[in-house]
Parts: sequence; structure tokens; C-alpha cells
Amino acid sequence: MSSVPIWLIVLIKAIIVLFVVITVFAYSMLAERKVMGWMQLRPGPNRVGPWGLLQPAADAVKMMFKEDLTPETADPLIYRLAPFISLICAMGTFAIIPFSANKDGSLWAVGNVNAGILLVFCMTSIGVYGISLAGWASGSKFPLLGSVRSTAQMISYELAMSMSVIGVLILAGSTALSDIVNAQYRVWFIIPQLVGFVIYLITAIAETNRAPFDLVEAETELVGGFHTEYSGLRFGLFFIAEYLNMITVSCLATLLFLGGWNGPFGLPSFGLLGLLWFIIKAGFFLFFYIWLRSTLPRFRYDRLMAFGWKVLLPVATLNLILTAVAVAVWPTHV
Amino acid sequence: MIAFWILALLMIASAVFTVTAKKPVYSVVGLLANFVCLAALYLELQAEFLAVIQIVVYSGAILILFVFVIALLSSGVRPFDVGPNRAPHILYPAIVIAVLALAGMTVSALRTPVAVVQLPVGQTGDANAFGSVGNFGTALFTTNLLPFEVTAFILMVAVIGVVLIAGDEDPTTGVVRRRKRPGAREPIVKSEPTIR
Repeated sequence: MSSVPIWLIVLIKAIIVLFVVITVFAYSMLAERKVMGWMQLRPGPNRVGPWGLLQPAADAVKMMFKEDLTPETADPLIYRLAPFISLICAMGTFAIIPFSANKDGSLWAVGNVNAGILLVFCMTSIGVYGISLAGWASGSKFPLLGSVRSTAQMISYELAMSMSVIGVLILAGSTALSDIVNAQYRVWFIIPQLVGFVIYLITAIAETNRAPFDLVEAETELVGGFHTEYSGLRFGLFFIAEYLNMITVSCLATLLFLGGWNGPFGLPSFGLLGLLWFIIKAGFFLFFYIWLRSTLPRFRYDRLMAFGWKVLLPVATLNLILTAVAVAVWPTHV
Repeated sequence: MIAFWILALLMIASAVFTVTAKKPVYSVVGLLANFVCLAALYLELQAEFLAVIQIVVYSGAILILFVFVIALLSSGVRPFDVGPNRAPHILYPAIVIAVLALAGMTVSALRTPVAVVQLPVGQTGDANAFGSVGNFGTALFTTNLLPFEVTAFILMVAVIGVVLIAGDEDPTTGVVRRRKRPGAREPIVKSEPTIR
């Protein structure tokens, strides 16, 4: 291995992760339509291939051959730039997410960064620009309203999200995702950090603009929100970014609260077995998302903001303070 | 070193773009590019935590509010009406100040003896490497505790001030109302009550 230059290894890893993630995106989209179909007592897509398994390919082809429209009132440069900001930020987070580890501790990840979790927050905070600039640049009122909503919503919920995660960082004593997972070898952080976990789940849904917090694209009031004017592949980029963000927060929930690639009850798991655990846990969260979407009605916007600022943020802060005190009093309990 | 020059040139280019762009949103995008380059520059200097904070705080929180305000104020993509160009009046003073500043920096740089300081640079993943989260926190809460606390206090004062100015809450309905100042006109656009 020493003869292979490190950039080549990273490049190969990145390409593998890219393909895997895009495949997971395609089939989580299909899974969403299927599961929602079953929950609403209808079959879901079943025409393209057996059980509709080729539906994502058909959708991709459809997206690519659709006409790419730019409204006359739009700002052409930013209108074209915005989907790429969204997608790059959504993709970028996968560079630092470890999926499993070998027995000697080396990670199955493109890169292991010391400030891992913070870098993920960096990416999500820049990802907001994709949506807000897209809404502004479309040059009509529904996208603008959608983007203003999304900006306010994502900034507000980002605060509570960070607060809920800091509790985990205190327990693990590190910001590197690998250290956080290793610290959960015996006890998953969902047990000492149950409050943080619940807040993380709620805020993660709001961060990814999914139902019941999808006011950004509320079709009953805003037509399609920020992507009303987008069509063809540019809309596809936003679509991919939304699902990738969903996968990212599922992976993060797994890493931060469910012990990552560790098996339950301290069972040792490395390599492929660890990857299997990781996929099961992250897949559960993806299912949970779909489940919520077909179960809950959309929030009202002022309720959403009030809930974020007056309930989630104070509770997350309280949880953080209690965690800090507990760690200070019993420094060796983890 | 190559990375430094690329980033430096990119930063200057994006800064010039920020200042000269006709549309405010273009300026924001330029500034965003500038911040990202600056964060990359910090990363190159091993200041990992500073780079992250640069992006989360400045790009993620402050700059996005600029977009927010611009989107609300100029809800078309039409640029603001450009007033008379005031650049000629300030051009010559600006050049003089820039040359003086550059000269001052050059003189002070030449008079300082060149010393290569060996920083305790660690490997990635080393929690106590220079510029890492652990190191940064230790410095913040031991040697620089007082400035840190004072800054926090000042920011708190600012936050309380903003809340006071922005309005007060009706205890019965929970609706935030703007305080009426004597002689103030009714706002033309009703402000969204919950966005603060």
C-alpha cells in the first residue's frame, strides 16, 4: 500500500462512496414512494421493472431529457449556481462520515477529520445558501417566500441541533466521529442522552426540510416553494441534495446516538459486520422519516418557529448544562 | 505554498467582486466565496477549529442574514437604483492610505528579525495538536478567560438591546408587537410576528 500515493487512495475511496451514496439515494426515493403507497393503501410504483425496481432509472432519464427552463425574471447566474451549492454541500459531508472500522481501528471513510462533526455543521450551514439563493434568483414570489421561510427555519433549528449534539461531544470528549463511536463501545449515547436524541431527531427533520416541517415547499400554499421555477436536471439536483441530506442526518444519528458500527450490548463488530450494523441503523432512520411523512400533517409556520425557539432550544440548553455538570461530577462514568 | 497563493488570489478576486458587484446578492456570493477561501487558508495554517468557526458563524449565520434581508428588501432581481458614483471622491485618499499601510507593513516586517517558530504540529486526529478543538478550548478557558467572558457579556448586552428595541410581547396572546414611537407612521408592510 505504501507505494500507492495517498491522493489516489482518497480519490478511489471518494469515487466508491459517491457511487454507493447515489445508489442509496435512488433506492431511498423508490422506498419512500413504495412505503408511502403501502401506508396509504395503494401499490406505489410497480410498472417499471419487477416491483418498480427500475423506477429510479426511469426517473433519472426523464429528468435528463426534460427541458431546462429559466424564467425571464430570473437572475441567470445565481439561478444556475444555486443547485450546485446545494448538491456540493450535501455530497461533501460524505467525505468525513465513517461507515465502519477495521479491527486495528482504521476507518472505512474517505477522511478522518479531528473536527469531524463540526465540519458536517459547516456543510449544512453553507447548504442553506443553495435554497435561499435559488428562491431569490427565481424572480417570482412563491420561490422567494419559500426561500425566506427556509432560511429562517434552518437557522433557527441549526441552533437547537448543535446544542443537542454538544451533549454527545462532552460525553465522548472529542469532536472526531471515530472517537465518538468508539466511546459508545459499551453504552450507546441514546441512553444517557435521550433528550438530546429526541431534539436531534426533530431538528434534523426541520434541517432537511422534510414533512412535517416542509413549509419550504408546502405545495398547498407555495406551489413548490423554492424550486417552483426549476425543471429538468436542475430540479433533479435539488432533489438529490434533499435526499442526500436525509441520508446524512440518518448516518449522523447512527454515529452520534446509536453507536455507529458497534453491535448492541457491546458485541464486537468490525469490517463488513460493522457496516451491516451501520446500514441497519441508518436504514431505520430513513424508514422513520418516510413513516413520519405519511403520518403527520404539516406544521403552521409560526408554530414551527415558536416550537424551535421556545421549546427545543431551552430544553437542549438545559440538557447540555445537565450533561456538563454530570461529566464534571463523575468524570470517569463513561 | 502553492495553495496559499491560489487562495490569496481567489480571496482578493472575490473581495474585489464583492465591492464592485452591481447587485447586492452578487456581493453576498462574493463575500461567501471570500469566507470559504479564508477558512481554507486557516486550515492550511493548521487552525482547524478557527476554520470551522469561520464558516459556521460568518458564512452560516451572519451572511445568511444578509441574504435574508436583501431577499426581503429587493424582492426582484432588479438592481438597486445606482446613485451618483462616489468613487472619484474617495479614490485618491484610498490609494494614499493603501500605499502608506503597505509601506508601514513592509518596514515593520523588514525590521523584525526573521524567526521560524516551530509549532507543535500534530497529525490529523491528534486531539492536542496546534489549532485543534482541544488546544483552542484550553487556551480560551485558561489564559484568555477574562477577554472571553467580557466578550460574552458585551454580546449579551447587544442581544438584550435588540430584543428591547424590536418589540415586546403581549402576555395574553403571545404576539410580538412593535412599540409605537411618538409620531411614528404605521408600517406599510405588516411584519411577520415570529421572525426575529
